[in-house]
Amino acid sequence: MNGAVADTAGASAPALPLRTRARRRADWRRRRLVLLLMSPWIVGFSVFFAYPLVMSAYLSFNHYDLLSPPRWVGWANYHYLFNVDPLVWEAVRNTVVWMVLIAVPCQVLFAFGVALLVARAKSGSGVFRTVFYLPALAPPVAATLGFVYILNPATGPVNVLLSHIGINGPLWFNSPQWSKPSLILLSLWGIGNTMIIFLAAVLDVPQHLYESAELDGAGPLQRLRYVTLPTVSPVILFAVVLGVIQGLQYFTQAFVAASIASGQASQAGDTFSGLGYPNHSTLFYPVLLYQHGFTDFQMGYASAMAMLLLVVSFAVTLVIVLNSRKWVHQAVPR
Amino acid sequence: MRKRSALAAVLIAALVLVAAAAARGVHSTGPTKLTIWVGWSAGHELTSFEKLIDEYNRTHKNVSVKVVGGIDDNKIVAAIRSGTAPDVVSSFNSYNVGNYCGSGGWIDLTSMLKKDNIPASTFPKATWYYTGYAGKHCALPLLADVYGLYYNKKLFKAAGIKSPPKTMSELAADAKKLTVRDKSGKIKVAGFDPSIGFYENTPERWIQAYGGKWIDSKGHSLIGKDPAWSKWATWQKSLVDWFGYSNLVRYQAQPIDEFTPSQAFETGKLAMNFDGEWRVAFIHNEHPNLDYGTAPMPVDDAHPELYGSGYINGTIIGIPRGVKHLAESWALVKYLTTNNHFLAQFSNMIRNVPTTKASLNSKEITPDSHFKTFLTIFANPKSGTSPIMASGQAYTNSVQDFFEQWQAGKVKDLNGGLKKLASQLDAQVAQAGGGGGVP
Repeated sequence: MNGAVADTAGASAPALPLRTRARRRADWRRRRLVLLLMSPWIVGFSVFFAYPLVMSAYLSFNHYDLLSPPRWVGWANYHYLFNVDPLVWEAVRNTVVWMVLIAVPCQVLFAFGVALLVARAKSGSGVFRTVFYLPALAPPVAATLGFVYILNPATGPVNVLLSHIGINGPLWFNSPQWSKPSLILLSLWGIGNTMIIFLAAVLDVPQHLYESAELDGAGPLQRLRYVTLPTVSPVILFAVVLGVIQGLQYFTQAFVAASIASGQASQAGDTFSGLGYPNHSTLFYPVLLYQHGFTDFQMGYASAMAMLLLVVSFAVTLVIVLNSRKWVHQAVPR
Repeated sequence: MRKRSALAAVLIAALVLVAAAAARGVHSTGPTKLTIWVGWSAGHELTSFEKLIDEYNRTHKNVSVKVVGGIDDNKIVAAIRSGTAPDVVSSFNSYNVGNYCGSGGWIDLTSMLKKDNIPASTFPKATWYYTGYAGKHCALPLLADVYGLYYNKKLFKAAGIKSPPKTMSELAADAKKLTVRDKSGKIKVAGFDPSIGFYENTPERWIQAYGGKWIDSKGHSLIGKDPAWSKWATWQKSLVDWFGYSNLVRYQAQPIDEFTPSQAFETGKLAMNFDGEWRVAFIHNEHPNLDYGTAPMPVDDAHPELYGSGYINGTIIGIPRGVKHLAESWALVKYLTTNNHFLAQFSNMIRNVPTTKASLNSKEITPDSHFKTFLTIFANPKSGTSPIMASGQAYTNSVQDFFEQWQAGKVKDLNGGLKKLASQLDAQVAQAGGGGGVP
């Protein structure tokens, strides 16, 4: 096509600028069209992502109480974050240990296990898929309210049942020891989305690979180890990365559980002061960030916390993705 | 054609002029519309306020005031930032006066108070204190909350207790005597629940009974130095341990929510309770047959002179910056905070304490023996409040956090912990950009 244009241009010299101009106009029209079609995304990205990100970075170096203009304080917010704030390391510990190191493996294993079982179901697989997926449709607030009710230490059906068999049930969301396991239980209940992705991956494993492995004398565990796991490993990577990012941003369930279990969500005009109830056990990093930003009105400091969260999330994701080359099976050789 | 166009243009111009004149006419003769945001959301409280605002609308023809209930500080701050704040705002959170005054989010009322000749002496000292910060007075009190002891007379009689406790050791002894447990040790009726975080139990309300000091003249925390704090904490923990921390947690997990008719004191599951004066109205509306009494909070055994005093805070009201109708807004604020008829009526309806000295003795206040206790505590010169600091509610929240850790057994060295808390509070205030005012 280009050659044809060049030949024609050589035959008639005065036509060249005209054609070039026409082509440029067409190119510009195409670009304009592309820009026009992309504009909703560009506007959305700029307004809801780029601008808040840049502002957050700027505000993290300011004292900003939401009402008076930001005042430049240099690194003071970061100094307070790393050296003074008495709650920040407790919140980091709760988030990293419980919501990343414990909850993510539990969620991946549970979702994968359920997917394997559902994939093997000979009959009623549709019912099982629906039953295990359904909790994922429940809004997080409603699901948490339901769990706080079911696990109420005094009147909840779980502890009432336990008391009938002579067991003094735990305090669940009201106990510093049990509140985080209760939240993990809630997160396991809602693994429907991950389970469905795992199920699709498991069903997608080529049957001939299992047959070859069987011919080679591989048992069920070896087939799982050498056939299923390598084949679904990209999905495991996806679930781990997503789980870690969600774990670092864990907020809604902790906020709702603390406010309901502490009994402080009853008067609309009151500002809730029981975040982290009981005894900071549900004080996760995003919950603390919210408290500083929207309860204490220290948005400059909260922005510094948000920037740290962004950097850590990015770094952790990068480490996982880079390390994944060692254990994620690549279908196409690089 | 031209003639028609010219005629059409003249007609349109005439219509525009008539419409503009009509609009101006309506604007100049109709009442100015004002909106007031309030925190009240509980049925009888919000409707009572609305009823009195209707009365204001009837007697002040130049304005029409609309009430919006269930507002918290987050909404107030968001509205001020976005320039959509109402003409008048009120908050339950006097702790946040530091934020509102310091930032200019609520305008300084000093010049208007001066112009209308409303001196500080109009209001009791504590309420005047918690409505100002750093030389500015950006809020005024709209009824106060005063805290005292509620006790169940029927349960007292059954336990052989003749009068409410006056000291902390009497309170602990009565609490133990009144507590009923089932065979497994679970609490059926709590004599008293000393847990911090339960209902109105917060350190700032308790430390009043020990005469504890918060800050020095420079605004630095005295929590690590004043022995009153460790003395109170030791008393509180010993009573928590007598009940058993987990027993209390299990007891609190029952459906006994504070602002519902199933509240534990109202239903007889709690024999004594530390609560605000508003409970009188709640009991009247929800459990009118409850046989109960009210008294000042018991005090430190070593400080009997403090008996009769109590902790005070309350609802604050102000004008957000950028309001369009400043004069009308100020007139409304002035009426709601200094009109003794309004204060007495509203006090009768929701049983909060009226906040001018004159309204305290108003003949319009309906006599009520339960409520009278709180009026007496309010008038006591030793009654006080907590400091208004630059970090706002975060300051008292940090103190509460510490004592919640303490009662759960997570703080091993109380005095060391209090010293650390004090330095953290000072750092928090510095971080928030300012000092505090001495109560």
